[in-house]
Amino acid sequence: MARAVSNRRKALVTICAWAVGIAIFFPILWTVLTSFKTEAEAIASPPSFLFFDWTLENYSTVQERSDYFRHFSNSVIISFGSTLLGLLIAIPAAWSMAFVPGKRTKDVLMWMLSTKMLPPVGVLIPIYLLFRDTGLLDTRVGLVMVLTLINLPIIVWMLFTYFREIPGEILEAARMDGAELWSEIIYVLTPMAVPGIASTLLLNIILSWNEAFWTLNLTAVDAAPLTAFIASYSSPEGLFYAKLSAASTMAIAPILIIGWFSQKQLVRGLTFGAVK
Amino acid sequence: MGQITLNQITKSFGDVQVIPPLDLQIDDGEFVVFVGPSGCGKSTLLRLIAGLEDVSSGDINIDGRNATEVPPAKRGLAMVFQSYALYPHMSVRKNIAFPLRMAGIDKAAQDAKVAAAAKVLNLTDYLDRRPGQLSGGQRQRVAIGRAIVREPAAFLFDEPLSNLDAALRVNMRLEISELHQSLKTTMIYVTHDQVEAMTMADKIVVLHAGRIEQVGSPLELYHTPRNKFVAGFIGSPKMNFLSGRFATEFDAATIGVRPEHLTVSHSDGKWVGKVAVSEHLGSDTFLYVDMDGVDEPVTVRSTGEIGFRHGDTVHLTPTADKIHRFDNQDLRIA
Amino acid sequence: MATQHSRAAARLMISPAVLLLLGWMIIPLSMTLYFSFLRYNLLIPGMEEWTGWTNYEFFLTDPAFFAALTNTLLLVGGVLLITIIGGVLLALLLDQPFWGQGIVRILVIAPFFVMPTVSALVWKNMFMNPVNGLFAYFAKFLGLQPFDFLSHAPLFSIILIVAWQWLPFATLILLTALQSLDSEQLEAAEMDGANFLNRFVFIMVPHLARSITVVILIQTIFLLSVFAEILVTTNGGPGYASTNLTYLIYAQSLLQFDVGGGSAGGVVAIILANIVAIFLMRMIGKNLEA
Repeated sequence: MARAVSNRRKALVTICAWAVGIAIFFPILWTVLTSFKTEAEAIASPPSFLFFDWTLENYSTVQERSDYFRHFSNSVIISFGSTLLGLLIAIPAAWSMAFVPGKRTKDVLMWMLSTKMLPPVGVLIPIYLLFRDTGLLDTRVGLVMVLTLINLPIIVWMLFTYFREIPGEILEAARMDGAELWSEIIYVLTPMAVPGIASTLLLNIILSWNEAFWTLNLTAVDAAPLTAFIASYSSPEGLFYAKLSAASTMAIAPILIIGWFSQKQLVRGLTFGAVK
Repeated sequence: MGQITLNQITKSFGDVQVIPPLDLQIDDGEFVVFVGPSGCGKSTLLRLIAGLEDVSSGDINIDGRNATEVPPAKRGLAMVFQSYALYPHMSVRKNIAFPLRMAGIDKAAQDAKVAAAAKVLNLTDYLDRRPGQLSGGQRQRVAIGRAIVREPAAFLFDEPLSNLDAALRVNMRLEISELHQSLKTTMIYVTHDQVEAMTMADKIVVLHAGRIEQVGSPLELYHTPRNKFVAGFIGSPKMNFLSGRFATEFDAATIGVRPEHLTVSHSDGKWVGKVAVSEHLGSDTFLYVDMDGVDEPVTVRSTGEIGFRHGDTVHLTPTADKIHRFDNQDLRIA
Repeated sequence: MATQHSRAAARLMISPAVLLLLGWMIIPLSMTLYFSFLRYNLLIPGMEEWTGWTNYEFFLTDPAFFAALTNTLLLVGGVLLITIIGGVLLALLLDQPFWGQGIVRILVIAPFFVMPTVSALVWKNMFMNPVNGLFAYFAKFLGLQPFDFLSHAPLFSIILIVAWQWLPFATLILLTALQSLDSEQLEAAEMDGANFLNRFVFIMVPHLARSITVVILIQTIFLLSVFAEILVTTNGGPGYASTNLTYLIYAQSLLQFDVGGGSAGGVVAIILANIVAIFLMRMIGKNLEA
């Protein structure tokens, strides 16, 4: 039972919480604000917070100079592609483990998890060489493959924890009602698991969108997603704060929005169901 | 048609044999109840018939056809689950129509069958609702509706009433019995509740540790239980068992007397004891009597109101022809 | 609980996932292992030869390895310290009732969704830059000498940036755990005369212990592989001052093209990560049984 809290105490907590919240959020806020300044105002001293001439100039410059939308579409294709491909492979696997568990199911799950613990740098060279020799370097197909594989364990795990909450009796009922295996998965399991599948989808889009080891090491120009695009600002364009801010804002905005929608599922997904 | 024959079937999970070789014949149109304490294998047996589990050995014949290897979808049976197992994302209409849709029946025929089933089950006004918006009893009826439209060879019920409250349970019990009267289709019904078994069954199968203890009509089991287990399981309150000097008098290892077959008196009777607890229900009075040489209190059921209280001395007399005698193998002595 | 039919189907349906992951694990891993015993430089192709443990000797005795190992441990330890302590405090704060909870939650969680290259560049240029950064401005405002974070305290700066990214993760998980604490337990403790500190130490901390362990283990896995933040801020420098193991191996393989040496480093990194992984897997495995 919640108790009534005195308004004074609540006001105090409100002030503290908001102060901390804004402090943590400040770098993002500052980046967004700077993106609307001119380069001169961006480095003005003292810095101006709201009272400057708002301009969209930086956004158009970023697009013109470095073809932002190509990188954006690379990011979209890579993150959505790898997530959808991952779901296609993971849904049947998670079905098996959740509803037809065998003696080795637990071992398989743990083994899948262990592949996620492999430090990427440990396999950087072979992947790099394999990609070089097969012409997959700097291609979106190559990145989709790698990101599908590195996120597959997370997708399987998340789906497994969601599927496990669906009573097996319902699937048995479908079987008794004459449903073949595929009908059972398509008409009964998948619609029931829509919320779980959706949050798995969102979390994996976030992870793939922000993945910055393979995307930086396996792309150059053609397939470079936003992570690599922003990295190209490290020098010397990084000194143009307003343009850097505009590019950064565009790179993080879509994912911030998706992220805010899926924050509840994030906990479960990132802890492999250990914390719900 | 709905004739089911189990031929020497067994089921093992790993090294544990939960069903030892078992034979059973279920005739067309019969209402058969599998009853037994939890863990006796009654649900497993039902799932074997349904095809949701494989038998480890033996044959299952449905209408003379060997169905042992047939997947559940093709056995022509319908099942009502304990949790109802309704599809939460479908309306009542779609739930009921699902088996027809899986069978590829055309839309018009589906609608007609759903409407007919809904009418029988008083669900017509709820067809467009989701299961989540229905009461427990209504959900139960949807589950039955989904089973009816298949026109199955037999209905399988897996403890269908255990999630309902007491009053609703009595209602649904009647509805299912009426349904059986009108459809005349074979029904196999699993329960741990011997009252449900007694009231609904044409034939009761008492199971214990995977073994069939006795098969018979409700009254056969009540009057002539084959052994001590069946005697104790069927009937409420439970039969009293007395051994030692009480039993030797009757030439048995143990004797059993049902609470309703004991008469009480303040002054004289065959046995004497002290009242531990007396429960007054108005219509009946239950006395729990401590007797020398008997471990558990002896239960007595008397009709109406009788004036015994805690600590009173009471004399008990069993009805002579209602005493059940058991040998040292716990089997009935005829 | 199934029939042979469905078990066969299950095996069929799980096999694509298993085979793909098996390939993903075995093929590159065995190649890394093989390369680590070769003298193999991409600049002098065709000269590969078996060298036994030489690559390991070079890698493990290289002063850069010790610098990188120390940096890796400092980076992981520093970030963990900040995020766990900060996360517990923040979770306690956000668990209190206040106006605008939803919005503050969103503000706090936001850094987690910022891609590493963006957060590193924003911090590097707009905050830590000794001339135009906000920190420099505040230093000047207070009459202090601006501090050149990335030159003089490169590792510390990177720790700050990474901690900012991971603080939301720790907070979110600890807050979730805190909210799952039965409030009757706290009320019972209060009735028993426990003040806030007592309640925190004897009830909340034990309840949080499990989640804290999960946070530590998962973050460690990710923090061992910090890469982009270093690449776009310091390039591992000055010297090896901010080079971690991941970056060192990257530099050796793809900047110096020393496949053999880089692979030996990769094997070492895998072994180190496995030590953490074993503990994490035990935690998660226990949970599977529940």
